[in-house]
Amino acid sequence: MTPLTAARAQMEVSLAFHMIFAALGIGMPLLMVLAEALWLRTKRDEYRALAKTWAKATALLFAVGAVSGTALSFELGLLWPGFMRFAGAVIGPAFAMEGYAFFIEAIFVGLYLYGWDRLSPKAHFLCGIPVALSGLLSGAFVVAVDAWMQTPVAYTIVDGRAAPLTGWAVFLAPSWPTMAVHSSLSCYAATGFAVAGVYALGILRGNDDRYHRAGLRIALAVASVAILAQMPSGHSSAQHVASAQPVKLAAMEALYHTERGAPLLVGGIPDRANERVRFAIELPKMLSLMSFNDPNATVRGLREWPADERPNELVVHIAFQLMVGAGTSLFALAVLWLGQRLRARKTHTNEPRWLLWIALGASPLGMLALEAGWFVTEVGRQPWVVRGLLRTRDAVTPASGVALSFFTFSLLYVGLGAALVGLLRGLARHRRQALSRAATSAEVPA
Amino acid sequence: MSLADTAAGLAVLGLVAYAIFGGADFGGGIWDLFASGPRKDAQRKAIARAMGPVWEANHVWLIFAVVVVFACFPPAFSAVSVALFAPMHFAVLGVVLRGAAFVFRSYGEPEHARRWGAIFGASSALTPVLLGAAAASLSSGHIRVRDHGIDAPTSAWLGPLPLAFGAFALALCAYQAAVFLCSETEGELREDFRRRALWSGTAVVATSAALPIALWLGRSPLVAGLARGAVAPVLICGVIAALVSGWALRARRFSLARMASAAQVGALVVGWALAMRPYLVYPDVTIASSAAPDTTLRFVLVTAPFGMALLIPSLILLYRVFNLRPVEDRAS
Repeated sequence: MTPLTAARAQMEVSLAFHMIFAALGIGMPLLMVLAEALWLRTKRDEYRALAKTWAKATALLFAVGAVSGTALSFELGLLWPGFMRFAGAVIGPAFAMEGYAFFIEAIFVGLYLYGWDRLSPKAHFLCGIPVALSGLLSGAFVVAVDAWMQTPVAYTIVDGRAAPLTGWAVFLAPSWPTMAVHSSLSCYAATGFAVAGVYALGILRGNDDRYHRAGLRIALAVASVAILAQMPSGHSSAQHVASAQPVKLAAMEALYHTERGAPLLVGGIPDRANERVRFAIELPKMLSLMSFNDPNATVRGLREWPADERPNELVVHIAFQLMVGAGTSLFALAVLWLGQRLRARKTHTNEPRWLLWIALGASPLGMLALEAGWFVTEVGRQPWVVRGLLRTRDAVTPASGVALSFFTFSLLYVGLGAALVGLLRGLARHRRQALSRAATSAEVPA
Repeated sequence: MSLADTAAGLAVLGLVAYAIFGGADFGGGIWDLFASGPRKDAQRKAIARAMGPVWEANHVWLIFAVVVVFACFPPAFSAVSVALFAPMHFAVLGVVLRGAAFVFRSYGEPEHARRWGAIFGASSALTPVLLGAAAASLSSGHIRVRDHGIDAPTSAWLGPLPLAFGAFALALCAYQAAVFLCSETEGELREDFRRRALWSGTAVVATSAALPIALWLGRSPLVAGLARGAVAPVLICGVIAALVSGWALRARRFSLARMASAAQVGALVVGWALAMRPYLVYPDVTIASSAAPDTTLRFVLVTAPFGMALLIPSLILLYRVFNLRPVEDRAS
């Protein structure tokens, strides 16, 4: 394993792990605040119970997100000292802003989680709002750094280092707005569908009560709104990539040869040796139409770039297919569920079992789409760290022992992930036991 | 004072806050590890109750300091990351493990609590040693940053001087936590923590007495820095604060002891920073030689007051709300 491969692998493992918790850290507070708002309005106990359970889950997830994020702030330098040296002055401001947002989040998480008995209901609810907001902002600030790495602007090179023309340079990256919206929505969708699956499973197992139905509906409502909005957001992201990073678009579609009226591929496996895609369904002219609003537009193929300036189209194409496939399936689920809820306003029926089964099956798809989309963005940027300015291989640490640290950290994250799954299952089990105890004593649990 | 000096000051401010708040947190973990006697479980409960709401906020100070350093002094951050690749990885491992183990224990099954507790305690004890050693290595003169590459022998962070600093950091964390826990508890439990504060206070005195010897043996350039104008008064303030906190502890004036121990830690960090000035990594990286362009420095410095205006009231609210006696005690 070369140090470059090991460093990339460690960064991938660390980020892939952190990202799940970062996404849940953005999504869960919204669910928890919504549940508490519903409780304050309706005074129905299931909402308070949900807010409490979700707050506990948030505590666990936020803590893991916080420590893995702290680790990443060091790993940026430990693995990529060349990158920090080159770009630190430009991207620093975004991390400084993220630092404040994260600080506010950590403070109000403490107040919210431990303040149930110390704050008035209204004050407690108000403490949840900065948690949800600053989580969203933290994410957007970090994405600004990524956006600048994709589309660097407002800098000059002084002594081989990027010097920003303004302190706001990192926020001027043209891909920031589309990326920030797309990634924020993906956090809400991924969290919402993941949580919905938990409650769908609960109902399917026979716990068909107001608590489980309310949990399912709040989660699906958030997820559905997010996934509906994700469609235009994804479209505009793709259009932005088409104009700003054409080589990434070519890799996403595994388009080797420049084409007028290029087709959109569904599925398929790029055959790198022969530069063609096998087993794909072609939708004629759709790629040109969707990328440039013109069915006959020319889309540039990978061969227009020298081999050492192309990303790995095998990874990027497959990741893109996974993201789009998962996203589209979730969109279909959202439409089905919203349709059912609209009809239910007259008939007052609950979600039928087949819909619950679909929600359960679709539960991991949001996270899958989120991780796959991140692969598209970052692998699609290779071989550059900062596109056109600094190559990944020139940013990697010269220190020895990267392979060892990669294995250690992979082991750490696998262990933490496994422990956390066990803990969350325990949390759900306690909830169920509390409910069955309450049912026998005819009390509603708090 | 140049923009770069002010930025360095901001980073030191972050470090001071981290040493005070994060340090007490690490110490909480240490006393969890060494909980003993008939009130073993009560000790652990008191630590968890005092730390639970605040530990995450306390640890953001580390991120704050790191971010200021890498935004304002990117080449220094990059050089230190290469030179201290191993100890910083261990420290990061410690930070991840202790945070995760702490929440896992709080929310997990009671039968696993001991295992998580052991991880939490062990990583709480190791991390400050590593961080203290890493800080000392910056002043050791063993890390050389030249155009053709970075040269850092293991002895830079694994020698007598860094280890002496690490031991000192460990003792200070333990002392701060014990003093803090005295003011958070009462009765017999408070006596437990008071005894622990007196032991660890003794350890602070012992390890600090070892420091000049280690500095002299290691021919540390810090010795020259210590003699400089502003450094001695700051360090003397630190010593006075240390004496005051010791006295207040004996006299059972716990909130005074707590404030004085915080002042002591703050003075030590500031004294170290002043003795290091103008170096970030002695002798090749200085504040001026590694400063980011003024646009970046100005951004960080101009946004800082706004950020603090949001942070400080929020932090005060957090500490206020949880500084009350536990609800169940008040009721009874």
